[in-house]
Amino acid sequence: MTAITVNGIERKLQVDPATPLLWVLREQLELTGTKFGCGMAQCGACTVHVNGAAIRSCVTPLAAVAGQQITTIEGLAPSADKPHPLQKAWIDEQVPQCGYCQSGQLMSAAALLATNASPSDGDINDAMSGNICRCGMYGRIRKAIKSAAGVQQFDPALAALAKEINHG
Amino acid sequence: MGKWTRRAFISAGVIAGGGLIVGVAIRPGKRTAELSKHVAGDGETLLHTWLKLDTNNVVTAIIPHAEMGQGAGTALAQMLADELDADWDLVKFEEAPALGGFANYPMGEAILLAGAEFPNFVLPTVEGALIRTAQALDLQITGGSLSVRTTGAYGMRVAGAAVKEMLKAAAAAAWKVPIDQISAKDSQLFHEASGRIQPFSFFAEAAGQMTPPVSPTLKAVDEFKIMGRHVERHDLPSKVDGTALFALDVRLPDMLYATVNRAPTFGGGIANIDEARTRTIEGVIDVVKLPSVEVSSMFGGFTYAESVAVVAKGYWSAKQGMDALSIEWRNTANDGISSDTIFAQFDQDISSAFEREADVVRGDVATAMVNADKVIEADYRVPFLAHTCMEPLNATAMVTNGHCEVWVGCQSPLSFRRSVADALGFDIENVTLHNCFMGGGFGRKSRPDYAIQAAQLAASLGRPVQLIWTREEDVRQDFYRPAVQSRFRAALSSNGDITAWENTYVDKHEPYEAPLIPYSIGAQDIGHVRSPTHIPFGAWRSVSHSQQGFFTESFIDEVAVAAGQDPYQYRVERLQHLPRELAVLKKAAKEAQWHIPLAAGRGRGISLQSSFGSVVAEVVEVTVNNGNLSVDRVVAVIDAGFAISPDGMRAQIESGIIYGLSAAVHGEITIKNGAVAESNFHDYPSVRMSEAPLIETHIINSGEPMGGAGEPGTPPIASALTNAIYNATGERIRQLPIKNAGFNV
Ligand code: FES
Ligand code: FES
Repeated sequence: MTAITVNGIERKLQVDPATPLLWVLREQLELTGTKFGCGMAQCGACTVHVNGAAIRSCVTPLAAVAGQQITTIEGLAPSADKPHPLQKAWIDEQVPQCGYCQSGQLMSAAALLATNASPSDGDINDAMSGNICRCGMYGRIRKAIKSAAGVQQFDPALAALAKEINHG
Repeated sequence: MGKWTRRAFISAGVIAGGGLIVGVAIRPGKRTAELSKHVAGDGETLLHTWLKLDTNNVVTAIIPHAEMGQGAGTALAQMLADELDADWDLVKFEEAPALGGFANYPMGEAILLAGAEFPNFVLPTVEGALIRTAQALDLQITGGSLSVRTTGAYGMRVAGAAVKEMLKAAAAAAWKVPIDQISAKDSQLFHEASGRIQPFSFFAEAAGQMTPPVSPTLKAVDEFKIMGRHVERHDLPSKVDGTALFALDVRLPDMLYATVNRAPTFGGGIANIDEARTRTIEGVIDVVKLPSVEVSSMFGGFTYAESVAVVAKGYWSAKQGMDALSIEWRNTANDGISSDTIFAQFDQDISSAFEREADVVRGDVATAMVNADKVIEADYRVPFLAHTCMEPLNATAMVTNGHCEVWVGCQSPLSFRRSVADALGFDIENVTLHNCFMGGGFGRKSRPDYAIQAAQLAASLGRPVQLIWTREEDVRQDFYRPAVQSRFRAALSSNGDITAWENTYVDKHEPYEAPLIPYSIGAQDIGHVRSPTHIPFGAWRSVSHSQQGFFTESFIDEVAVAAGQDPYQYRVERLQHLPRELAVLKKAAKEAQWHIPLAAGRGRGISLQSSFGSVVAEVVEVTVNNGNLSVDRVVAVIDAGFAISPDGMRAQIESGIIYGLSAAVHGEITIKNGAVAESNFHDYPSVRMSEAPLIETHIINSGEPMGGAGEPGTPPIASALTNAIYNATGERIRQLPIKNAGFNV
């Protein structure tokens, strides 16, 4: 039995702990917003947060995140009627085409903004180049991140934690 | 039900419960009632095959195209709503179910098979609209940049206009005033003199009693209110919160998961399978050999080779089970084939010119070559390419009591439904297909192999099965953009004028005009030889235009340089007879500030390619520093006649450019031992954020017939880029991808 907290809710799972988190989210927990794209940490479609940091869930075994706080696209918005500033910016800039990569893009971008309130182009390149968009919406993603950065409200405690994990 | 006659495909009538229904009926019977059952809910009225109206006055456009990401639904709904004079806030859309009535399958099939001709006078009418839509749609296919320019132009607009006239007629009768005193605006009908006003829905039922207009009046461009306006796409909210339903997201009770493997060498099969280790893996339920399937269609058949699937309680177990399987593949006649042998074959076939067929012959090329001051020769090559849609191929199926339900994201729901039915030996009525959002399509999702496999598995297991291909399978079992070689010769006079253009390439594919050039060159001989390979052919975003646009627009650049002239000016001088192309090219040069010289190490390249009814020019700016290539900026200009959804069109162009850029810079499928060597994004890379240029798209609304937007952005990009690299470095790249030319990207 492995316990993880997903979007604030503790879940106890009777699954082979070697199973990548991606499939546990999608199959056992039916949180299908997190996508499969490559299975080898190449595309970023499966990006989720573990304690605020972006990770590729397709190569992260369940055992590695036991007891951790996981956030998926379904839990990105602070509340049901209040979208995350990035989600709003994504609509304002009409970012998605097919939309398949966008959960992963948003999670990578959210992790970036949590530690870097006004990212430079270089920062955006560094944080976002693990996420492929086959529809090629990079220009719109960049613009949306910048526009959201202007209105980003972030929790300093969470940001500090994420920083520790990112750099520790 | 209304009576069907040869002259009126539209019928109207009242259905049980007092609702109104007006729909397309192409043969007697209860077609519209049938359709209504599938699309109209409580309190909703199907007013036309493509339009329903509910009691709250909400109009729903029913879109016979699949959403790959191109925003087709929004643009089509705009077209319908504008002609209807609907309030955009009261307009929704949904994708049509995969039922013949929406694509006029029987009619379309008859037309296409019999090659029937329709008299011209029919074409501007409602009937003509349906005929042309069915012809152009290939029944319900999304591709060829067709949605807006066929379904939209001939279907949605006509439907909106026809329904508006019917509503007006109903209001005129109720208010006992002449119809020309009734006006429509924002989903309401007005009679100004008496101050009467009612919502559309008030007259929905009465409208059904009216004789549908045969040829409703369409708006002129200056009357457009919703077309051409920026509107937000309806599907995006669900694409930022994880709720958009892709086929991969379908969850059914008791569902199993599976993954498959087909012989890596095309044409191969399974000699032996040892499944002992697989059977020991926790969660594995079964190992199933799936027989090969012959799919016939009116566009030519194809045999999908047999494959083996591992079915398990979860995808991860299925994948581990697959990895544990030891499969011995059969030897094939193709085992010795590689990219090198294929290109050697191309080279030989072009040189021998055996049974060369001409696309265009004009003037006397041979004499011009003899009289030339200079003859320039060049050979160009592009490799095979895979599509790598962001969403790996997958499908979910359930078979119960002789009925199969399939959930899939596909570009051709009707042909998928038929192929699944044929593979299972079911009547087509016993297959229901739910088309989900597609995580990219690009041409790959017009082939039904993955849906058939899922259906075969569901039938064999007796439980719902979600089949998910690994990315490796997706890369290795694609239908590939063909590798092509193209050979050129040009004759130059002493003043640098080009007097002859000769071109031979391998294997002709659609569209026919892709290798033709817009330039006024007196002598031309463009043709092809056949040089078939065993690699499965697939339509890849813009089909032949992506390769031919690279070849011809690179070679004209070479010619200009050899003539000692500016490549842009050289094109301009030879486009005087084509004002539309000229205007697009000039605007691209102007917006890109072509006349301002760049610093050393930087370069600019230009390219022009018309495809799918649109004209596109692109200017690329690069910086090359010690072999490090940076694509800095792309300026694109598109004339698609009229942009219904300008932001949507810009997004399509951006998308087409990045897709073409990935191919130009990185894309290469290599053949070794008859099979594909690449497997995933590490060895078949895509452009990423750090490599993506700034893209500016400019739109010209010329008023010409509408062209597509999904594909025309792709063809010019490779040549604009290699022309820019030449401009920066003096190095001419004639073989893609660019990474093989020694540049770090
Ligand atoms: S699916 Fe995890 S990075 Fe691609
Ligand atoms: S929106 Fe389609 S892959 Fe990014």
